[in-house]
Amino acid sequence: MEKPSEKSTKKQPWFWSSAVASVILRLVLIVYFPNTLNFSSRPEVSTPLTSLRRLAEGYWLKQSSMSPYAGSMYHGSPLLLSILGPLTIDSLAFVIADFITAILIRAIGQLLQVADTKSLKSLGATTHLNVSENFPSGDIAALVYLWNPLTIITCLGYSTSPIENLVTVLSIYGACMRLVPLAAFGWVIASHLSLYPVILVIPLVLLVGSGLDTPPRKLFPYIDDDQIQNKKSSNQIIFSWRRVFLFFLWASIWAFYVLILCGISLKDYSSLGEMFKRTYGFILSVEDLSPNIGVLYFFAEVFDFFRNFFLMVFHINILFMVLPLAIRLHHRPCFLAFVYIAISSILKSYPSVGDSALYLGLLSLFVNALADMQFSFFLFSGYLGTLLLSPVMHNLWIWRGTGNANFYYATAMAYACFQIILVVESVSSMLNHDRALKKCTTTVTKKVQ
Amino acid sequence: MARLLSIFVLLVFVLHVASESTGEVVEQIDGEEFTEELLFRPLPDRKVLSHFHFESRVPPTNSYGHHHRLFPKAIYQLVHKYRIREMELSFTQGRWNYESWGGFDPVSSSNAKPPGVELWAVFDVSPDQVDASWKNLTHTLSGLFCASINFLESSTTYSAPDWSFQPLSSNLRYGSLPREAVCTENLTPWLKLLPCRDKSGLSSLMDRPSIYRGFYHSQRLHLTSGEFDPMASDHGIALEQTLTVVLQPDALETRGRKLQPNWSMSSLFGKTVDGKCALAKSSNVYVQLEGSLVHNMKGKGDEGLGSISNFEFSVSPDRIMKEVNSFHREHSSILYGFSIKDHHNSKPFDLGFKWNLPVTWSCVKAPLRVSRFLMGSGNERGAIALSLQSTEWSQSLPKVDHNEEKCRLKVDVFQVVPWYIKVYYHTAKVYVDGVPQSFGDAIEKLSVSPSEDKVSPGVMEMSLKLPCDLKSASLTLEFDKGFLHIDEYPPDANQGFDIPSAIISYPDFQTCMQYKQDNASIKSPMVSKMQEKRKILSYTEVLLVPLTTPDFSMPYNVITITCTVFALYFGSLMNALRRRVGEEERLLKEKDKKSGKLPLLFSKLSAKLRGKPWDPPSSSSSSSSKFISSKVVLKIVLIAAIAFGWQYYSG
Repeated sequence: MEKPSEKSTKKQPWFWSSAVASVILRLVLIVYFPNTLNFSSRPEVSTPLTSLRRLAEGYWLKQSSMSPYAGSMYHGSPLLLSILGPLTIDSLAFVIADFITAILIRAIGQLLQVADTKSLKSLGATTHLNVSENFPSGDIAALVYLWNPLTIITCLGYSTSPIENLVTVLSIYGACMRLVPLAAFGWVIASHLSLYPVILVIPLVLLVGSGLDTPPRKLFPYIDDDQIQNKKSSNQIIFSWRRVFLFFLWASIWAFYVLILCGISLKDYSSLGEMFKRTYGFILSVEDLSPNIGVLYFFAEVFDFFRNFFLMVFHINILFMVLPLAIRLHHRPCFLAFVYIAISSILKSYPSVGDSALYLGLLSLFVNALADMQFSFFLFSGYLGTLLLSPVMHNLWIWRGTGNANFYYATAMAYACFQIILVVESVSSMLNHDRALKKCTTTVTKKVQ
Repeated sequence: MARLLSIFVLLVFVLHVASESTGEVVEQIDGEEFTEELLFRPLPDRKVLSHFHFESRVPPTNSYGHHHRLFPKAIYQLVHKYRIREMELSFTQGRWNYESWGGFDPVSSSNAKPPGVELWAVFDVSPDQVDASWKNLTHTLSGLFCASINFLESSTTYSAPDWSFQPLSSNLRYGSLPREAVCTENLTPWLKLLPCRDKSGLSSLMDRPSIYRGFYHSQRLHLTSGEFDPMASDHGIALEQTLTVVLQPDALETRGRKLQPNWSMSSLFGKTVDGKCALAKSSNVYVQLEGSLVHNMKGKGDEGLGSISNFEFSVSPDRIMKEVNSFHREHSSILYGFSIKDHHNSKPFDLGFKWNLPVTWSCVKAPLRVSRFLMGSGNERGAIALSLQSTEWSQSLPKVDHNEEKCRLKVDVFQVVPWYIKVYYHTAKVYVDGVPQSFGDAIEKLSVSPSEDKVSPGVMEMSLKLPCDLKSASLTLEFDKGFLHIDEYPPDANQGFDIPSAIISYPDFQTCMQYKQDNASIKSPMVSKMQEKRKILSYTEVLLVPLTTPDFSMPYNVITITCTVFALYFGSLMNALRRRVGEEERLLKEKDKKSGKLPLLFSKLSAKLRGKPWDPPSSSSSSSSKFISSKVVLKIVLIAAIAFGWQYYSG
């Protein structure tokens, strides 16, 4: 959620001190409450895919010369196993990952703002620029990410989602900076770790090909003025197929490299086929029915003969929206990436609050564009309510045995609804923002004429 | 003439066949054998152990043929069809009390079984066919014994132990059903395998109410076959059926002190033996007095086994066998043998045992006292703890070995855990006397095959190496509780799920009782079974784990609500994407020009209903939505009318 941050000073020390304070808060929580908080066992924080406890079991199995995928414990990447397995203080790694993610988000925000101002100026919509107060969206987004309680819980909760978030943000950052190898690297690793970032290929290609978010050219057919047209053509970035080709080349190189590394680390125990079956297969076939904050409690209840049908429906629901969103929001690849991340974290088979933390952080990148979003207070309260109620209901159901499964299921449903409303509202207000821009520019051009 | 000749030929043929068959009968009598035996043993806690032991043997098929007189055909076919090398099936109710009934002697270590059904079998087939054979075997046994052994067919219930259960057996499968209820319907088919059933002989003692009244009863069927082993071609099939019952005779209370009760066969079972089973080769009853009991009696009463005044039998024993080569020299048990050959209807055999002097003693216990329990609360996770405590037996072990090394006690643990108990094997911790031990220090060997969801159970085989002078040791393993699909819960889901017993064995010790037999010609299969060297096994308790249950009553609600949320997502996002404000406005303007009177009326009406002043349709979007809604209402009414008409005319 957007944090009502009134202090919109652009001074750097303010940002840095807050960021460092958030890191110190994490460290204090890690050092002084290592066991009392016990986030690692919360279903909201660690899913079967991201749980560090399962990773330790996989590492143990590997150390005792068995396949880490023996049994149904570990479902992550073998690379993560060899990086995080030997580490004794994993939480420090997660703090660092969180911090880097925040810095990258900030960099993305700054790039976005520069591009935004430039394109608005080029369109002559400076009036609009003056009308709305411009927040330093990068700083806000980074701080929202760092101070988001969900991020802090995830960081303390011994789950690997901070790493997944880092790689996802890294790919977007790489694409924004037009560093094709970095973008391809981030994309490949993120998809390798959690499959769903595969759909980010569209925003990444758009970013790499045509640059950062700009208002749509299609909306300005009335601009006939020669001056403006000249200005525009000088500024306009042509979609460069060469970079896209390079992106895919690099992606295939990285994918090949990752597969080779996986193959080496699994050489004696297992095979790549088993790895795919145990990671991607596990994600797609929803084998683990333990309750989580997603809608997938459903599969514990659904009749067996409909299971495959519903599995297909649920996964296709993510894919169905990819193309319409890409068509409608192709001029704003960063926002498109945010929407994709949000959708996949709502509908993924094993969601956690770590995913929500990422898209909430990214959402605040567009704090200027989405200033007139509807229901924001309602959504904020809804998020707060469900996230407070969900542990209570979980406790009632699982620990005390006094509550019913439906209590928890209801909070999961409510959470899903709020997330859906957030996505829908942000998309429609972004489209409204574009419309407003268009109105603004047409009036400007009419005035000029 | 030809007719006469043919009759003659036929006659000769028939005679020939008949003579051959009589010869065969003689041969069969030599080849097949059946023995029945019964062992009584007074237990320290005023109970009596009665152990029936029936053994049927058949020589190998290639020298003997397919037809049998005594040996049960069902078992023979079973062995041949599934190529079984060894098999054991046990039905047990109640728990063997290792504390007071002993855990070291051959009877207890082979007849103390986990509650429910336990089945293991070694097959003589290629390794890839073992599972198929096992599945068929479970179904056959299920039909044969009227039990739900067929539940062991599913790969989540059985396992293939590597080394801890039986060494060097790759084709072994092991499975157990802790919750199987055992009753007469399992005993009757078991009795059917005996040549005399329960009509005569020792098995006629098996009065159902008195057996099932007992504290523990375990019926067991053990099968060994050398049919498919070229090395042991002279070894046919041996079927060993035992029934072990622990009964409480009516205790005499004298002067407020509970004495060892006197008992007799008729007081225990309410029946007497009218005579031996006519088909049995030998039919014997034994009474075993444990070494410590004999020792205690010696200390109290006067010595001399023949004239022991502590107790007396109602029938004088035919032979007395004394244990030789005992582990504890001063404790050598005595076996009194009684033959029921000479008893018949008019002179039934009723063995009575009467105590003359009170005596207390304790049984020889297993090296360690084992118990297993669950830790933690809630339905999310927990831990299994296995606690091993020293007994007085292990305290007598030498502290230092011959090679000046610290004496080590080896303990093998074999544990099968169902898949919904997701054990984290990396959390295995061993504590000796409360001090945590490093992994390599206490665990000598560990092989684990982790559970796979809905495919296979988790199997842990662990060899612990504990110091001999330990007081207690414990092993803990953490686990998460899994969540099952709504269909996978048994009818009474809230009762919980059972974790089968773990098997603890001590590879360094072997139980064996050598009896000096005064008469070598009388070979008793039961006594020779006792003389076999066997591993000491003990089973732990069955654990009951409660699992979280989903709401069984409302799958429809969950399906519909979830699908509604998905529809909300898809519909509203699609709507947000395809909405074009400019075009909508243009469209509305065109519509407004064409709009007739009816929609206008509707919009007026709806405005009235809402209590708002009606404004004529203009380009504003608020009225446009009203206009659209009225159109939708019209459509719905039309469709409803059509549907009604259809229903009316077709129905």
